[in-house]
Amino acid sequence: MKKSVELAKATLLDPVDLEFKHIDRLFEELMSRQVDYADIYFQRIRSESWSLEDGSVKSGSLNVDQGVGIRAVSGEKTGFAYSDEIHLPSLIKAAQAARSIAHVGNSNMIQKLKPHQTYEKSLFQEADPITGLDDDSKVALLQRIEAEARREDPRVNQVMASLAATHEVILITTNDGNVAADIRPLIRLNVNVIVEKNGRREQGSAGGGGRFGYEWLEENERGLNFARDAVRQALVNLEAVDPPAGLMTVVLGSGWPGILLHEAIGHGLEGDFNRKGTSAFSGRLGDKVASDQCTVVDDGTIPNRRGSLNIDDEGIPTQKTVLIENGVLKGYMQDTLNARLMGTSPTGNGRRESYAHLPMPRMTNTYMLAGTTDPQDIISSVDNGLYAVNFGGGQVDITSGKFVFSASEAYRIEKGRVTAPVKGATLIGNGPDVLTRVKMVGSDLSLDSGVGTCGKEGQNVPVGVGQPTLRIDGLTVGGVEV
Amino acid sequence: MKNNYELSQKNNEATSVSDVVGIALQVAKESGASQSEAVASVSQGSSVAVRKGEIETVEHTRDRGLAVTVFFGDRIGNATTSDYSVTSIRQAVKSACSIARFTEDDPCHGLADADLLATKFPDLDLYHPIELSIDEMVNGAQRCEQAALDYDRRIQNSEGSAIDSQEGTEVYGNSNGFMGENKKTRYGVSCSVVGEENGNMQRDYWYSVARNFGDMQDVSEVGKTAGARTARRLNSRKISTCRVPVLFEAPVATSLLSHFIGAISGGSLYRRASFLLDHLGKQIFPEFVRIYEQPLLPRAIGSRAYDSEGVVTDSSDIVVGGILERYVLSSYSACRLGLKTTGNAGGIHNLTINGGDRDLNGLITDMGKGLVVTELIGFGVNLVTGDYSRGAAGFWVENGEIQFPVEEVTIAGNLKEMFQSILAIGSDIDTKQNIRSGSILMDSLAIAGQ
Repeated sequence: MKKSVELAKATLLDPVDLEFKHIDRLFEELMSRQVDYADIYFQRIRSESWSLEDGSVKSGSLNVDQGVGIRAVSGEKTGFAYSDEIHLPSLIKAAQAARSIAHVGNSNMIQKLKPHQTYEKSLFQEADPITGLDDDSKVALLQRIEAEARREDPRVNQVMASLAATHEVILITTNDGNVAADIRPLIRLNVNVIVEKNGRREQGSAGGGGRFGYEWLEENERGLNFARDAVRQALVNLEAVDPPAGLMTVVLGSGWPGILLHEAIGHGLEGDFNRKGTSAFSGRLGDKVASDQCTVVDDGTIPNRRGSLNIDDEGIPTQKTVLIENGVLKGYMQDTLNARLMGTSPTGNGRRESYAHLPMPRMTNTYMLAGTTDPQDIISSVDNGLYAVNFGGGQVDITSGKFVFSASEAYRIEKGRVTAPVKGATLIGNGPDVLTRVKMVGSDLSLDSGVGTCGKEGQNVPVGVGQPTLRIDGLTVGGVEV
Repeated sequence: MKNNYELSQKNNEATSVSDVVGIALQVAKESGASQSEAVASVSQGSSVAVRKGEIETVEHTRDRGLAVTVFFGDRIGNATTSDYSVTSIRQAVKSACSIARFTEDDPCHGLADADLLATKFPDLDLYHPIELSIDEMVNGAQRCEQAALDYDRRIQNSEGSAIDSQEGTEVYGNSNGFMGENKKTRYGVSCSVVGEENGNMQRDYWYSVARNFGDMQDVSEVGKTAGARTARRLNSRKISTCRVPVLFEAPVATSLLSHFIGAISGGSLYRRASFLLDHLGKQIFPEFVRIYEQPLLPRAIGSRAYDSEGVVTDSSDIVVGGILERYVLSSYSACRLGLKTTGNAGGIHNLTINGGDRDLNGLITDMGKGLVVTELIGFGVNLVTGDYSRGAAGFWVENGEIQFPVEEVTIAGNLKEMFQSILAIGSDIDTKQNIRSGSILMDSLAIAGQ
């Protein structure tokens, strides 16, 4: 038995005297109907948050949640029940509720659980970040970040900073005998500042994190650098003028602007929407959906990244999935249910917010591979356009393909030079054709700093994005200057 | 309130939601906290989803939670747990106390003043449990979806229809002797279908929610509305960049009021992160606008007899004659601003804007030429500056009539100016949400298109 499974067993099963033979019994309950597939998902998640404002750490919170989600799948039907008591009688009740969608009759697809090695080496440090640093040091870190923001500029009026960490242990068991476990740390720092000058107020924010301990923020002054960047952004916005409105050439910076790919392409390539034929990308495998220079992947295997997982929430090892290769649509992201119904293989994208939610196809880290153009040459090539380097959130209507993402730091490009900063504006486009308008791809691929959270059908999961600098000819900029 | 709880480990499971709160408060007191509060909730329910007539999912939900806050003088600590064993409750209180050792003094921390706490608990008629079988729910969802699919021959695909049923109990108690119990039911039906014409797909949805199952809109009507809303979007096009009047259909007009509330909420004000700083007593909307809360409305989604720190709630005006009469405050944010709480810890309760005498069609006629917005997407709202820029879909209006559906445009302006430029509010009040508004007509906004 490998270490992660042993650890998960020790965390989730041993304290309540539950053994694998008891879980075998639950599967007997589940599979006593015509069930094609069933899984039982154990989870314990501890999380904490500390927040600072007005120069002091005003509040902190520690949260503990644990439970078991039990799912039975029969054809296209899913029965689901969960319990926040890890206790055999409650689990048997939940199993009976979950299997009720299936017809009477036995399923023979049942094998005793065989704990085995899930993965060779974790993509992350498995230590609990919450206990990895003492509380005094967490408070002191926030105070240093606050002080640094204020030291940057006297116009800084408010600094709000928060530290958050989670430590999640999951154990997944399936009717075909699979036992898989993952230990997932996650930390995040957010810094938000408000600057004020002559009665005008603007904000800037920055932050980052990933699947490691808080020490990451201390290395290379990362925490302090996020504070400096938030101040820099707020000061830029203090000088910003009204944004233009209408169709323009837009240059997107590298890194976090990759939210473009997440909204415009990513959601539309999730298996559930494509099985149901409700995505603007449905039935388009093999079609040209982007310019030749575009290759987009979803990769859950990058060490330490916020969107990475050793295994997905169905126990399938994560992988690097090519979505678009040299402009051609190559693949969808799948969970086991949708892969089975579409006659293909799962891609390690079956994710769920918690034991109390059903898994579905979700992104991990979605990014575009680097091109060959110097980013400076991309800016120089634009006569009149917008250069957008930082974004807030985005959203997509996967059926019509229309997507938006909102710039929080942007500049005008005039005659090949970056000029005046402009206030934030929403950019809107059409997913299936926006990448066909990509005219230049920079050589400067970078991934975001580790702050993304994706919401779908009410479930939030941490994700990553990335891209090199891109020139897109013809995105609608939602400015006020008509 | 009971004062003594048996904390022996003989029966490690607390027996009721109020016991959980009582135990948490007692442990907090024993741990030396000068004040404490706790909220515990239990909810259970089921939901079914059908798609193309077949069951897609049947889910049984059962959630528990305890959140405890302890004060040591001016310091605060919080913890939550989903486990109701006495051991876990003790552990949560201990964690909260430990956190309070590291947080810093803030004289505004503490419970709400004892004399503001609710003492009467009127029956708001929010609890209507019924026995609803999975088969009945499946049947209702099937009828709902079928009505949507039958609406128009161009509607051939579906994201499905769902019915859900939830009941829950929430108890809030604090060391000032307050203990209140809130029992609620909530039923919902929703439907989302996909239409296709000329190779382009559109999707829209409709839903109904109610505290009492029988108060929900008929499932077939919900489906029919979802079908009609989807069909009318087919053959959407972009329009040219322009500046025209904009009419926000009631279901999206509520988002404008939500931004307004965000900007007059204590948290935004004391952080100076609002475009409505220092606007008390000032004209924010045109004179005909009145905005108020109705926390005691029977059976409504946002009704509460007390806020999340036990402070009594009552009907009260926020905007009268277009002038801002008060902010939206909790005890903490009120203290930070040197004001008194407005009973809004946890948010607003059935916020309502008064409607005029014109319905949506009447407002379309009045607008003459412009854009009706029926969907907004994205997060382009900056409450510090009021700058507003969001993706929109809707309908182009000329000669007082809808001409064609519009998509892939943005609307932009500044909320402060947008609020002043409201020309009319419709009589078509949407009562499904905690914010109740009719359609809102605005003088002019920047539309970015092609």
